[in-house]
Amino acid sequence: MAKYGLLVNVDNCTGCYNCVIACKDEHSGNAHLPIAAAQPVAGHTWVRVEPREQGTGTKVRYSHVPISCQQCEDAPCIEAAQDNAVYRRDDGIVVIDPVKAVGQKQIAESCPYGAIYWNDELNVAQKCTFCAHLLDQGWAEPRCVESCPVNALVFGDLEDPNSRLSQLVAAGNTETLQPELGLNPLVSYVGLPRPFIAGEVVCSDQPNECAVGARVTLSGLSGETTLVTDSFGDFRFDNLDEGASYSLRIEHDGYLPVEKSVTLSSAALNLEAIELTPS
Amino acid sequence: MSEESFVSLTNSGPITVYVKDGRIIRVRPLVAAESEYRPWTIEADGEEYSPPRKVTLAPYVHAERQRVYSDNRVKYPMKRVGFDPNGKRNQHLRGTDEYQRIGWDDALDIVSGEIRRVTDEYGSSAISGMTSSHHNWGIVGYKLSAFLRFFNLVGYTPVLDNPDSWEGWHWGASHAWGFFWRLGVPEQYDLLEDTLQHAEQLVLWSCDPDTTRGIYTGQDAALWRQWLKKKGVQTVCIDPFYNYTAAAMDAKWIAPRIGTDTALAMAIACVWLEEGTYDREYIDNRTLGFGEFQNYILGKVDGVAKTPGWAAEESGVPTRTIIALARDWAAKRTVLASGTRGGQGGACRQAFGTEWARMMVFLQTMQGLGKPGRSIWGAGTGAPNETETWFPGYAEPEGRISQSSICRETPETPTRQRLYRLLVPDAILNPPVKWMGEGFCGRSIEQQFTQFEYPMEGHSEIKLWYRYGGSFLSTMAHTNKWVRMYQSPKLEFVVNQDCHWQGETRFADIVLPACTSLEREDIGEWGTGHGYTYHASNGCNYRVVVRQQKAIEPLWESKSDYEIFRLISQRLGFEERFTEGNTEIDWCRKFFDLSDLPDLMTWEEFNKKGYVIINVPKDYKSTPALRWFAEGRPCDTPDVLNPKKRTDRAAEVGTLSGKIEFVSQSLTRFTPDDDERAPTVQYHKSWEGHHSDAAGEYPLQLITSHPRYTFHTHYDSHTPWLNEIPAHRVYRDGYSWWPVKINTADAAARSIENGDIVRLFNERASVLCSAVVTERVRPGVAHSYISSGKYDPLEPGNPDSTDKAGCVAMLTPGRLMAKKVAAFAPNSCLIQIEKWNG
Repeated sequence: MAKYGLLVNVDNCTGCYNCVIACKDEHSGNAHLPIAAAQPVAGHTWVRVEPREQGTGTKVRYSHVPISCQQCEDAPCIEAAQDNAVYRRDDGIVVIDPVKAVGQKQIAESCPYGAIYWNDELNVAQKCTFCAHLLDQGWAEPRCVESCPVNALVFGDLEDPNSRLSQLVAAGNTETLQPELGLNPLVSYVGLPRPFIAGEVVCSDQPNECAVGARVTLSGLSGETTLVTDSFGDFRFDNLDEGASYSLRIEHDGYLPVEKSVTLSSAALNLEAIELTPS
Repeated sequence: MSEESFVSLTNSGPITVYVKDGRIIRVRPLVAAESEYRPWTIEADGEEYSPPRKVTLAPYVHAERQRVYSDNRVKYPMKRVGFDPNGKRNQHLRGTDEYQRIGWDDALDIVSGEIRRVTDEYGSSAISGMTSSHHNWGIVGYKLSAFLRFFNLVGYTPVLDNPDSWEGWHWGASHAWGFFWRLGVPEQYDLLEDTLQHAEQLVLWSCDPDTTRGIYTGQDAALWRQWLKKKGVQTVCIDPFYNYTAAAMDAKWIAPRIGTDTALAMAIACVWLEEGTYDREYIDNRTLGFGEFQNYILGKVDGVAKTPGWAAEESGVPTRTIIALARDWAAKRTVLASGTRGGQGGACRQAFGTEWARMMVFLQTMQGLGKPGRSIWGAGTGAPNETETWFPGYAEPEGRISQSSICRETPETPTRQRLYRLLVPDAILNPPVKWMGEGFCGRSIEQQFTQFEYPMEGHSEIKLWYRYGGSFLSTMAHTNKWVRMYQSPKLEFVVNQDCHWQGETRFADIVLPACTSLEREDIGEWGTGHGYTYHASNGCNYRVVVRQQKAIEPLWESKSDYEIFRLISQRLGFEERFTEGNTEIDWCRKFFDLSDLPDLMTWEEFNKKGYVIINVPKDYKSTPALRWFAEGRPCDTPDVLNPKKRTDRAAEVGTLSGKIEFVSQSLTRFTPDDDERAPTVQYHKSWEGHHSDAAGEYPLQLITSHPRYTFHTHYDSHTPWLNEIPAHRVYRDGYSWWPVKINTADAAARSIENGDIVRLFNERASVLCSAVVTERVRPGVAHSYISSGKYDPLEPGNPDSTDKAGCVAMLTPGRLMAKKVAAFAPNSCLIQIEKWNG
């Protein structure tokens, strides 16, 4: 028996929203009983894409995080439902029974990912089904995955070690949304936006030259990293922790080293131009 | 009834349409067997790059089902209540009047009766009409096909188009490197391979291919850019907006003030001149007039050296950043992406955009344009592509039922009078108007210098305006002029024929319901119209030609455009000359027979299956764009319209001298005294920019880019699914607002918070939008897409009313780019923004 999973590669996602609209094409106004009732025209994004802007000035990053039902192995919606109105199929897909779930608003409220929507017209909770009605007809993947132009969504069988999904998951560096909840989602992520510190190094005696090749060292609780400034004198440390404190040291031949203590109080910090004076 | 599927084609790619019980239930990217695709492979640095066996689409096409069933469809023939063809016409009520449903017979009688009346009273030059672009794909129903055939038979004053997406390239770059047969935009053959194999750096200058998507080529190229990113090609984005391509590629961002890109480019050239880091041999052998250019850059002409310090003052980009960029560009093999298909971008649609486009050509020329990794590439075109099998495109005469050799008769309008799209409201309201240049004119460079005057001596002013589509309030400039035009008594009769109610529709006296392409028969190729964009299907991984099958019957009382024109021509007495006995599917068959497709499959098979995938041959031979020129060889690319190809001048580019011209010989010949588009490139301060007096009252510069989540205005007003994309529209207080991006500091100074409804205004117009407070635009810049499909004035009928729907084009200047350049320049636009508490 297959166990379906989804890997979301945020590094690949360009924010085209094909997945969002393809999902609507499949479900809006189309009932797929007994898997799903029709999605309303507006207000439901069973897969939504959240833009994330980080940084200031010219040191910005802009990413998109697609979020749909995480198909948790320990799903709060199953717990919240009465009369087995939410159930897990043998293939891992969590399904809200569109008949039994009528009137059970607590199902929609139970999801910590905000991935369950309430349909006022039909009085029922609804969410992504991995297009189970299509998989059951032999389709290889849900509509959102089919429409993705950049391999940001990889769907497959987690039980099959040869599936592309299994191989990508086995390669490590995947994570889940809100792991602290311990819900064991079958949806995993690569490249979720992490805090960064960026800046530029300039030399006081050569204000019209970028300081290329300066060594910038960032140390914090999780260790020390050294980068070399690029051809614009820029540096950027990725994958940092929000709220953490760091010390930054800049060394450049012929210049006095500069040290700074920085606290990463937001999702990104642009230190702007840091000036070095000749030694 | 069981489930059936049909194949069709859209602005962004081929689709499979599922129909159950006569109703469309699903629209997918073309469903084809994997075995039908034979992917090409590019080898670069030990890696093999090969596309997946599928097609990709733009987001809006996934809303095709909603577009078809939209409640916003024009469902029945409609007549404006205050309009009586035999009595009072009440033109002043256009825009406020109610509509009443009428029958097709009545509608056709009125339209044909008015065509006869106006022709009899004033002559056929009094009739004019204009189409929007690409509301439906397909070469039978397209504007240049059925519409053109009909109006050429009627006799009318055609409206010359301007190349609004790449003005500066047409009017500027073609005087530097030729390519007038591509309206100034370069050939793109095999530049994906060249970039993968050779580029160390990609400079995106006013270029967002992730949003503009090769225009019609879906999103196939998004994966190519991902390959480049993963390969470690450094990307720099020069744009006042940190655009989607820059974000996807994690690019270094350089954010000049709007209107100063040319200064920045000149400073780069200055560094190269001073440091000697340019390709002198190439300059000596392949170019003309470099010495004069050098003198200008170094300040020997006007006393102002175009140094990085000078450019820093103008652009707001630090001197050191400009120098670093210049050095990096010279030291690394750098590909310049300056707009989809190589040329386009917002910087070419502003005051003196000709000079920016010329500078883009000159920068790469200084680094050996055409050599490996030294190209001008759109970063979304130039894949390996089969070019032997010909299928006609809408932009070439053979791809039109108006002009193709498949027709027994190819009628031509008897009148020599012309209008110019950008000047239509001025022509109606304040004639006479004069302009120079044909706009879309790719037969010769001389066509840019043709003089026009409206009304032409001996011809009538326009009395009957037949509008097909309704986009111009949102895609032209200073567009409340169009509202004034529509309310003028001089327009005695206005028709609008369209699938949906759009901004302009409500100004018509008669509205005719056209069906969408899913409700009629047609034929077409993905991604290319040929003509001025020959072989643009190289923005796709595969060529696909589609028999666009009618999936459902026309909804409500709509009819195909072809059928509407047939019925009017029946009443005008020339039905047989219009149809030549052909149904739409007969025309499809004739195009098929005319093309090379019969070598691949029979008509019966094609008609039933609905598509053919044309793969790159196994022995494909790459011919990178302009490599032939760099190496001094005759042109070996498949650029069939290059007029020097297969002549003894085949190793030349398309300028008068055959070299890349730093001193343009065509400008020297035709407009030697023009000080705005002079023979030698110059930097001019924008006529509406940060130096302008108006910048005191209107300190923000508005940039209006091509849209990301719609195509022109299409799909906006009629696909509410898209409204749930927050970058497309923002829902608040029961209304879906058009977003405007504003820098954090500018917002704070105006007490504007994210999501606030704000008013954008200047002396031309006033428009409401939803504020998106962001760092992605530089301070002093506001960004909004130029494509609202709606026009929703707070005071209907008042041209000066504040618009609620986001028609930001109303704010943009109607002034032409330069004295002798008949291009529009909407990105030179000063505004103020305030919080709206209406």
